Amino acid sequence: MIAMPRLSLDVPAIEVTDLRKRYGPVEALAGLTMTVGRGEVFGFLGPNGAGKTTTVKLLLGLARPTGGTGKVLDAPLGDLATRRKVGYLPELFRYQPWLKAREVLYLHADLMAMPAARRAAEVDDVLGLVGLADRASDLVGRFSKGMQQRLGLGVALLGEPALVILDEPTSALDPLGRIDVRGIVRTAAARGAAVFLNSHLLSEVEQVCDRVAILDHGRVVASGSLDDVLGQSETQIHVTGLRPTDLPAIEPFGPPSLDGNRLSVRPMDAARVHELVALLVKMGVQIHDVRSGRGSLEQRFLELVSRDQALGGTPSAVKIK
Amino acid sequence: MITIARLTIGEAARKKILWVLILLAIAAVALTAWGVDLLVGQARESGVSELNLKLGISQVLIFIAFQFGFVLAMTAAFLGAPAIANDLESGVAQAMLARPLRRSSYLLGRWLGLVIVVVGYTAVSGFLAIAAVSFVSGYLPPNPIIPVAYLAGQALILLTLTVVLSVRLPPIAGGAIAVVAYGVAWLAGVLGHIGIALGTTGLIGVSNLGRVLLPTDAMWQGVVFGLEPSLVISGVGQQQVAQGNPFFAAEGPNPAFVLWAVAWVVLALVLAIVLLRRREI
Repeated sequence: MIAMPRLSLDVPAIEVTDLRKRYGPVEALAGLTMTVGRGEVFGFLGPNGAGKTTTVKLLLGLARPTGGTGKVLDAPLGDLATRRKVGYLPELFRYQPWLKAREVLYLHADLMAMPAARRAAEVDDVLGLVGLADRASDLVGRFSKGMQQRLGLGVALLGEPALVILDEPTSALDPLGRIDVRGIVRTAAARGAAVFLNSHLLSEVEQVCDRVAILDHGRVVASGSLDDVLGQSETQIHVTGLRPTDLPAIEPFGPPSLDGNRLSVRPMDAARVHELVALLVKMGVQIHDVRSGRGSLEQRFLELVSRDQALGGTPSAVKIK
Repeated sequence: MITIARLTIGEAARKKILWVLILLAIAAVALTAWGVDLLVGQARESGVSELNLKLGISQVLIFIAFQFGFVLAMTAAFLGAPAIANDLESGVAQAMLARPLRRSSYLLGRWLGLVIVVVGYTAVSGFLAIAAVSFVSGYLPPNPIIPVAYLAGQALILLTLTVVLSVRLPPIAGGAIAVVAYGVAWLAGVLGHIGIALGTTGLIGVSNLGRVLLPTDAMWQGVVFGLEPSLVISGVGQQQVAQGNPFFAAEGPNPAFVLWAVAWVVLALVLAIVLLRRREI
């Protein structure tokens, strides 16, 4: 297989500054500044209507920004030639139902001007990668939604793109399909492609992304590495016999809080959990369950989005670096 | 553009539209030949002169062409109206337009593919019908290419209109508007004929305006003219009453109107491209 000419790894895959989009009175995107590096898997999260798909459409030139600037693979947004190096799975993945799966891939190979000599091998590779090798000659119209989404993934990965934009790539997939997608994303990143993963399925994002940004009401409410966004580790212990007056003794481990029989210490160094347990036992407290680790992305996401909505969605645009 | 045109023709074939059109054409030609054969047989038995027979057959051909023109208009509307609208509404266009494909290439490709289907259907059906009628009656229009070309032109104009509408309107709305516009344009042509016969400049003006807005009627005049024997043209060309009949044409369409029809198609396509470029996918 012949690899597509690659840009310098110093050139970011995506770089946008104060990107804005307004649909009539609705501000779909309110000043997005972000940089996505080459070979990076970037999770773009947000509830429905947050502006995720709008961002993707602006990046691809399917919609025009009302403000701000941006570059994709060092070219202006929507640049025709650059689209050869960009693979895209739309949220609304629909392909010609009267074509066979293989024909859809050939059509896209044709549209991206892939050299004829490479097409057969590329199409076969991609069909194998997305698990459709044995359904290549079936009409797309007879595919389940999950299979159509797999085909869409294949279309997005065709020709070894330098940037893969996946908009809700697992929305129609079963758990096995989701595992496959994680593998596909990691494979693409391993060969140097940047993956822009637009999703509201946080567990997926948590498992594959290097960095994330959380979008709400067209604005970024948090961004950075997973550690940055999720914050520090927390310890939760199910106890009996602990009184609120005992809490100052626990403070050297971190700020404690007691909610009924549940003691929480956050942040707390996970390496010191055994010391805390020993102290509690010494204090005569009975321990039933100990859990330690950082919160899930889902918890953090809910926290951030609820806080943002409580504030009326007014925080200023945040830069993602 | 060629990729999309090929895709469009492939779509017509896979969706069995091509085969349905071919079967319809064969059925229509067979019925026409059978009907004309019966008519000619009865006329000859009744002692009708060959001259009158030719006149009669040419009129039958014109009526058939009128019906066929309507079928073509419907075909063009049903093919053109969903061409862009369905792709945009279903999301099929999103994946394609994210590729290095200009919106103009996409639109022109869709249009070209449909033009090939519609013009191909017109040519096959038109020439077969003329050949069949000639075989059973002995009447052949002076130049069979002319009426078929004008019929194809009429379909092409209507197809272009539906493609323009398809960029902004749902398929049903676009198709309905195109069919109504075709009917109104034909009616405007009839009013023009009446205006000429009665010498009413107002009616002629309305007719000319209609022809400018949608030049299908100028094409229809070319079809009628092309199907008439030269004898008829010279015989009735002087008669005001014949000029008032939409199934007679003393002369072919004004070359300026034909040129305008070509320009109209180009302008309509430019408008469609501008509308599609402005549309957010």
